[in-house]
Amino acid sequence: MKKPVNQVKLEFLSRSVNESFARASAACFAAQLDPTLDELNDFKTAVSEAVTNAIVHAYPEELGRVSMRLRLFADGLVEVQVRDWGVGILDIPKARTPLYTTGGEERSGMGFTIMESFTDGVRVRSTPGKGTTVTLTKRIARRAQEGAM
Amino acid sequence: MSVVCKEEGRVLYAALSGEIDHHAARSIMLELDREIESRFPSETVLDFGGVTFMDSSGIAIVLRTCRRMQESGGSLRAVEVPPQAGKVLRAAGVERMVSVTYQRDTKEESAT
Repeated sequence: MKKPVNQVKLEFLSRSVNESFARASAACFAAQLDPTLDELNDFKTAVSEAVTNAIVHAYPEELGRVSMRLRLFADGLVEVQVRDWGVGILDIPKARTPLYTTGGEERSGMGFTIMESFTDGVRVRSTPGKGTTVTLTKRIARRAQEGAM
Repeated sequence: MSVVCKEEGRVLYAALSGEIDHHAARSIMLELDREIESRFPSETVLDFGGVTFMDSSGIAIVLRTCRRMQESGGSLRAVEVPPQAGKVLRAAGVERMVSVTYQRDTKEESAT
């Protein structure tokens, strides 16, 4: 893959209060591409889902580390990689099925569906007992006025 | 995030505001459960007018409240849903189960 023109990496504990911090930071980073409000909201919503999955599922019995790496590419692509070192996902296709959840009535089971419909690419890698990495990519359309980069 | 409830006849009106995510959802659900159990409404109206952000946690709130209302023979409506929250509800097909009305798009309004 091409080299990013900008990159940041954040790491935080799997506390639910950090969900808003993570998605706001991601949206702030993506704002460099001069996205429309719709594009920015889509990205922010998808990031919220990925980070929430890590916080809800990766560390059921304890607090753990969640990292978020954001990268920006010259062709208007923004990528976010959310990584944890938790329990992992046994069956990724099943986890991605709409309405499937192990989170009980408090969760809708629609997290991956939202990620898929609000971004241009969702990749999931997971090793049970080792952790999970979810990578989302979103293309920000070129606008009339150049020069944001 | 906050939820403010009032009763009009047998209608429970709950105004949600702020950001609805997994962190905020638990207290919203508990508050709605408490209100529905104590007031036994025939209809619950969830007003999303003050919601500035919502992810799939909002879907869970709507579906769970819908189930609670159906269990007691009542119904649920979601009203004043802003564009971002509306897109989340639509992506999940929530409109097939619950009556949803949307905030008028302010961009369109100012353009005309």
